[in-house]
Amino acid sequence: MTHKTRSGTPIAPLYEPEGGPPASIGKPGEYPFTRGIHSSMYLGKTWTMRQYAGFGAPEETNQRFRYLLESGQTGLSVALDLPTQLGYDSDAPEAAGEVGKVGVAIDSLHDMETIFAGIPLDKVSTSFTINGTAPILLAMYEAVAEKQGVAKDRIAGTIQNDLLKEFGARGAWIFPIRPSMRLCVDAIEYCTRELPRMNPISIASHYRDAGATPAEEAAYTLSDGVAYVLACLERGLEVDAFAPRLSFFFYTYVNFFEEVAKYRAARRIWARIMRERFSAKNPDSWRMRIACVCGGHSLTQAEPLNNIARTTIETMAVACAGLQSVFTAAYDEAFAIPTELSARTALRVQQIVAYETDIAKTIDPLAGSYFVEALTDEMERAITEKMDEIEKRGGMVRCLEDGFIQKAIAQRAFEYQRDLDSGRVPVVGVNKFKSSEPTPIELYKPDRAAEKKKIDGLATLKQSRDAATVTASLNALELSAHGSGNLMSDIRHAVGCYATVGEISDRLRKVFGVYQPSTAF
Amino acid sequence: MERRIRVVVGKPGLDGHDRGAKVVASALRDAGMEVIYTGLRATPEVIVQTAIQESCDLIGLSVLSGAHEALAERTLAALKLAGVSIPIIMGGVIPPEDRQRLTALGIGAIFGQEATLEEIVSGVKRLIASTEVHA
Repeated sequence: MTHKTRSGTPIAPLYEPEGGPPASIGKPGEYPFTRGIHSSMYLGKTWTMRQYAGFGAPEETNQRFRYLLESGQTGLSVALDLPTQLGYDSDAPEAAGEVGKVGVAIDSLHDMETIFAGIPLDKVSTSFTINGTAPILLAMYEAVAEKQGVAKDRIAGTIQNDLLKEFGARGAWIFPIRPSMRLCVDAIEYCTRELPRMNPISIASHYRDAGATPAEEAAYTLSDGVAYVLACLERGLEVDAFAPRLSFFFYTYVNFFEEVAKYRAARRIWARIMRERFSAKNPDSWRMRIACVCGGHSLTQAEPLNNIARTTIETMAVACAGLQSVFTAAYDEAFAIPTELSARTALRVQQIVAYETDIAKTIDPLAGSYFVEALTDEMERAITEKMDEIEKRGGMVRCLEDGFIQKAIAQRAFEYQRDLDSGRVPVVGVNKFKSSEPTPIELYKPDRAAEKKKIDGLATLKQSRDAATVTASLNALELSAHGSGNLMSDIRHAVGCYATVGEISDRLRKVFGVYQPSTAF
Repeated sequence: MERRIRVVVGKPGLDGHDRGAKVVASALRDAGMEVIYTGLRATPEVIVQTAIQESCDLIGLSVLSGAHEALAERTLAALKLAGVSIPIIMGGVIPPEDRQRLTALGIGAIFGQEATLEEIVSGVKRLIASTEVHA
């Protein structure tokens, strides 16, 4: 179908300079993918609208998921509570006060079954923001899909499974860095062999939300990507066997043109690394698939409705940059998890950008702009320079172990705060056009009884299981953890016996120990 | 010479977003205070113990996970158990309607996301000064 402007001018799918594009820009779907990783981009399929959701008990999350799917959302994204992320059951002393707060609480396979009740996993793909316990959640998701009768090669989704950025920015680590990398590669290897439609890792840029600049964000994240490729090669995997399933996750703020340039430059750098450095032959290994969040630290508590304007600009930027999957944060993100209204409004922002504007009607609409192309080249240079510095310092794992990255980010965050306080960085409603009148908004009220309910449910589950089978499965896992083999099949078995996230993690903690965080600032 | 103000900055709970905790710690240090950061996942009990051992004048807690009330209660209980009185300030993601409840529990001051570093530094000084008067 040919799209037309309101004045009747046809909009071509692709605009190019006469005589063809320069090699550094290329064509959409072709190396170096400056203009996007597919030849038809959004004309073939709009980006996946994947709003991050999950809270309270599994039943509540199931209801919200059904609501979002009915509202036209096209993929699911599960937010997990902190105890689940860190390998504690809802009844653990460490979990007190945190159960179901920032996401849904998952203790066992039973909870995973509840979350996806009535949701066909052969039709919907699901993303899990899970890292330390990613292998456990992956095993549970596969088990639920299997029970629904979904074939292994139809199970689609993503586990974040990016441990490096936990040490550098997000803080949801469990084990020390080396065993964390082992578990991470276990999941990648398992998906490569068993679950071809799962993305076994989403290499994520939380460095940005912790304070890094966009160029640093991209440099750290791409350097993490390099570290994972090296780890998989060391495991003995063929680059073209796993690289096509690597995916990325970035943050997008309101600095519109710089964001567009960042993504175009990042795709180019990744393509070059995969083709030149790692000699990948499959073009899918060169394609940098990117999901993103629009919001994060760019959103304010002051005048929260202004955040809708911010996330709209951010969503327009990622649509112009040709990303694959988008989560637009809700206007109340700086206060609490979203209400039904704020979650729907955030989804509507994406739908308006996708369907009411003409951004998605032609590929890479900003290409050829003197400004955008110059900025893309400059971002590529700045990102590459930082990546080279990290290489010289021994690579990303080393730089995270010695605290180089953490210190750089903390310094940037402090500088930014000073710029904000002095007004050098204008933020409307915060340090510019500040209003003294509060904007009343309705916030999500957590169910205070949810934690108790979850703990009671867990007690019931523990009574109904075959205790001997559970213990045997955990013993087997612990024994394997002392060796060097892939732990996924032991985890899969334990999960199937309804062993809990906490029980499995405790056994692994026993073998691997726990990471000791830095107290430097 | 007057003794420098000593502050312990804690990040209790399971959340790992410590950008704010570190920024505030840096600002207090820049303002001439001695600052100890207890790192991620230090429990309220460990934070209180550190504050006592290091003779701190104030405890700053950063909570973004929604568990602020439970963590405030635990910190206050640990102080009470130790029989000491050290003022506490909190920051992070704290909905406005919870602020009154935290103040009623005994939290000295709550700084929202939009507080400037200057406001935090002067708030800390004010709170310590008023505690000394009452002591």
